[in-house]
Amino acid sequence: MNLRSFLKRIRDYGQSATTCLRKLFYKRQFILLLVILIAPSLGWAKEALPVAENPEIEKRMITLSEELRCLVCQNESLAGSRSDFAKDIRREIREQLIANKSDKEITDFLVARYGDFVLYRPPVRSNTMLLWFGPFILLLIGAGVLIIYLKQRRKLLVETPLSNEQLKQAEALLNKSSDGDSA
Amino acid sequence: MIRFLLPLVVFIILVSFLLVGLNLNPRKIPSPLIGKPAPVFQSKQLHEPEKTFTSKENLGKVWLLNVWASWCASCRDEHPLLVQLAKSGLVPIYGLNYKDKDDLALQWLNQLGDPYTISIVDSDGRVGIEYGVYGVPETYVIDKSGIIQYKQIGPVTVDILEKTILPLVKELQG
Repeated sequence: MNLRSFLKRIRDYGQSATTCLRKLFYKRQFILLLVILIAPSLGWAKEALPVAENPEIEKRMITLSEELRCLVCQNESLAGSRSDFAKDIRREIREQLIANKSDKEITDFLVARYGDFVLYRPPVRSNTMLLWFGPFILLLIGAGVLIIYLKQRRKLLVETPLSNEQLKQAEALLNKSSDGDSA
Repeated sequence: MIRFLLPLVVFIILVSFLLVGLNLNPRKIPSPLIGKPAPVFQSKQLHEPEKTFTSKENLGKVWLLNVWASWCASCRDEHPLLVQLAKSGLVPIYGLNYKDKDDLALQWLNQLGDPYTISIVDSDGRVGIEYGVYGVPETYVIDKSGIIQYKQIGPVTVDILEKTILPLVKELQG
């Protein structure tokens, strides 16, 4: 073996070693990537919270609280809010359901303390009349305006019947085109 | 003329509705409890946990019930005013420590002064629910026969105290 071939072999060996290392490095990176991707899901994994001792009660509580507004975060229902306030009220509802209270008794209980504002469907009262019937009034006004407008428009239309000459001309044109089609 | 005036009138009406709407505070919800008897409660006292306090004890006097918590930032804003009011001796203030930890509450009172005749513990917020509390701080004015006469949602300011609460208290004490 001459010197040149010896050096070549060493160089080849070195190259294969670096590619090997590089591969290992990529593999490591890959594993690292996997770990990074998976870690958060592992971090959040918790034992499922006990929904309730009584799923029946829980279901009723949720249907009831979906109809009620959370007063702290006013665009959320009591069922959907994560605020402490909503949690407390849900606990209250749960306890009252367990105590065999009817849905109406519970909503009345909450209305007595927080007012009609907790209800997503406020009752029809003198101060909620506009809320309930306002849209219909607007609809009526809109329909009225539309009818008046359409009637006025009809008046604007002027029928101008064709003269005999024009009729003949039209007929001739029509005949011509149908002839052309058949040809 | 009407073609131009009508849209203008409609526009002005719409804008005035929106302006009024912008100036309304959605957090201020009229309490249905005003004019109704204050819910009776019995609860542990903050300073002497072995003692309880019953709201019935206060029948016959005009008093304020201030709902507060150490985690509530605007409670800190109103606190000096309450301390000042307590010093004036015009009306007794009872504190309802709402959903708080006793040690944090005591620490707060030691640091910032204690305006309360008695501090009542409501660690799980049950008394709060009875009073329809949803935004601390809240302050109730309760008259001699135990009727809620006024409810302040949010911090008491000098303006509210001087223009609304104190005249009302004076009238009720009458």
